[in-house]
Amino acid sequence: MALLEIKNLHATVDGKPILKGIDLSVEAGQVHAIMGPNGSGKSTLSYVLAGREGYEVTEGSVRLDGRDLLEMETDERAVAGVFLAMQYPVELPGVTGMTFLREAVNARRKAAGEDEIDAMGFLKMVRAKAKTLGVTDDMLKRAVNVGFSGGEKKRNEILQMAVLEPKFCILDETDSGLDIDALKVVSEGVNALRSAGRSMLVITHYQRLLSHIEPDVIHVLANGRIQKTGGKELALELEKNGYADFAEAAA
Amino acid sequence: MAENSSLALLTAVPAPTGGADWLSKLRRTAVANAERTGLPGVRTEAWKFTNLNALKALEPVAATGTAEIARPAAFADLEAVELHLSNGMLSHTGDLPDGVELVDLADPTAAPDWVSKTLGTIAETGPHPFTAINTGSFTGGVALRIKRGTMVETPILLMVDTRGQDAGGEQTVAAHPRVLVVVEDGASADLVELHTGAGAYVNNAVAEIVIGKDARLGHYKHQSESDAAFHIAMTAVRCADSSTYDAFALLTGARLSRNEVRATLAGRHIEYRINGGYLACGDQHVDTSTFIDHAEPDCASHELYKGVLADRAHGVFQGKILVRPHAQKTDGYQMNRALLLSREAEINSKPELEIYADDVKCSHGATVGELEDDQLFYLMARGISRERARAMLVAAYVDEAIDQIQREPVREAFRTAAADWMQKHIAGAPASEGV
Ligand SMILES: Nc1ncnc2c1ncn2[C@@H]1O[C@H](COP(=O)(O)OP(=O)(O)O)[C@@H](O)[C@H]1O
Ligand SMILES: [Mg+2]
Repeated sequence: MALLEIKNLHATVDGKPILKGIDLSVEAGQVHAIMGPNGSGKSTLSYVLAGREGYEVTEGSVRLDGRDLLEMETDERAVAGVFLAMQYPVELPGVTGMTFLREAVNARRKAAGEDEIDAMGFLKMVRAKAKTLGVTDDMLKRAVNVGFSGGEKKRNEILQMAVLEPKFCILDETDSGLDIDALKVVSEGVNALRSAGRSMLVITHYQRLLSHIEPDVIHVLANGRIQKTGGKELALELEKNGYADFAEAAA
Repeated sequence: MAENSSLALLTAVPAPTGGADWLSKLRRTAVANAERTGLPGVRTEAWKFTNLNALKALEPVAATGTAEIARPAAFADLEAVELHLSNGMLSHTGDLPDGVELVDLADPTAAPDWVSKTLGTIAETGPHPFTAINTGSFTGGVALRIKRGTMVETPILLMVDTRGQDAGGEQTVAAHPRVLVVVEDGASADLVELHTGAGAYVNNAVAEIVIGKDARLGHYKHQSESDAAFHIAMTAVRCADSSTYDAFALLTGARLSRNEVRATLAGRHIEYRINGGYLACGDQHVDTSTFIDHAEPDCASHELYKGVLADRAHGVFQGKILVRPHAQKTDGYQMNRALLLSREAEINSKPELEIYADDVKCSHGATVGELEDDQLFYLMARGISRERARAMLVAAYVDEAIDQIQREPVREAFRTAAADWMQKHIAGAPASEGV
């Protein structure tokens, strides 16, 4: 059984159908990429999986490890192992990076019936992981994402992922706003998290990211449906021809 | 004009008789003023957002007797010298540091000049009926003098508590605690003022603050009166050249509260800071009214209030800044921000600038907001429950104001007090923030 199993997923935003029947299954340990033109519904899919309000599922099912994801609240999904690295990470004035991470970890521990994490040990662990991602101590002390550059925000998302060790990671346009050096750092961070028990859904508009994070499977999403599925060669094909082939489907 | 000539609040306390001439005179004028104006009505401009009908309907009796006063949990660990005002009377005096003089206002007959020449000169009774009632009726209180050049390291913790002492504690009581603080030239101190109580009562408090040249006072107030209480407070401040007043008010208690702070900046290069947070839920009404009189050039005033209003709570913020013609180079900042957690919560903001000098930098503003959906989603997408996420965001919101408290251990105590409120009323707020 796949780790994530999406069947015939339909979703609307403001009553407007955006996802129109998505079937997708991701095995444990696999990395799948979703590519597609702007407005094709990539972020919508990520929000539907994370359980954001206002994204209404009208048909279909999503299972994580066999559990019905759509029945769960946003926080329950996160505790169950879903992680969404957002396209536009949100600023949290007054909430420091450390507090944010500690609260997130303690929420998981609470759900598992464990005590709160030891503050000193946690600080050390976070600092070590932050260092490999180029997240400075100063960034951890400051309010989450406030005054961060685009690249800093994305690195901060990956740091959260590294600390929370989710089962299923969704990376929504993690490459947007990154220069080539930052892209390398972030990709290495993501690659370091690849493991047999963890799956990833890497959403991107461009082929560029996929030469750093090599996916097992690539899907093309257009007009709210997966139009094509293939291997790495699909990314190169898209790089050459763009999404024109799918324009008709998207129109 | 007088809507309630009987002035139950005034008659609750038998008019103090005898005493020194200066005091008798002060009281006579105050009582005459109170009787002339009566209690404010909704047509009184300064009170137009705060309806006093519930208070006027009361027939309180004088709060008598004193009780032990316990520290609120958030202040348990604060190293401080305690002074207790129970039902308006000084009931406990800790070991005061050298250079600090105390006079019990229950019997100021033989009061030294620094009391007799100052008391009643800072807080005016003419335009302020509650101040007039306090002045006419106070049966006790405390006057503190920080002598010239004295640096008081340990904060002075003034614990003001009101509660009925009769068997049932059923009757509404009224107390009129009076405070005078004189910080002489070059002296420095921190005063933490806590207001607590039990049952139904009216706490009509007046504090007069005089800050000398090059002197500094940190004045931090936490109002956490009982749910059934009325808290009416006037703090009147007068600052001299190059002095600093750093004040903060955390208002969480009482059924209805009015915290009024009026200041005259009567010298140059004064740094005047009054910041605060008001947190209310249920049917609470919380009114903050401030007035800053920039009478001299080169002074800076900073005022940031952050409010959180849940359920049907009603907040009021009236802030007036007057810059007199002579007060060039005034730097005034005033901001009131309120976060409404429910559709039925309400805020009235009335910032007012009256500027007669031409070379000044003054800004003011007011904002009203709600918790941001995308912030809630972000926290929840990391596994944090909705209640906890709300509490974190609200705490973070109020923190911006609490951060203004200059004195470190006091700041942490206030942060904890705010967090305790979140814990109780928003659920699950972190007890402390930061790395
Ligand atoms: N919150 C929203 N409100 C209204 N329309 C939305 C919202 N989010 C997405 N949409 C619409 O849904 C469609 C898909 O958007 P999105 O999922 O963001 O695409 P992508 O991430 O592939 O660029 C677009 O037509 C967009 O306008
Ligand atoms: Mg998108």
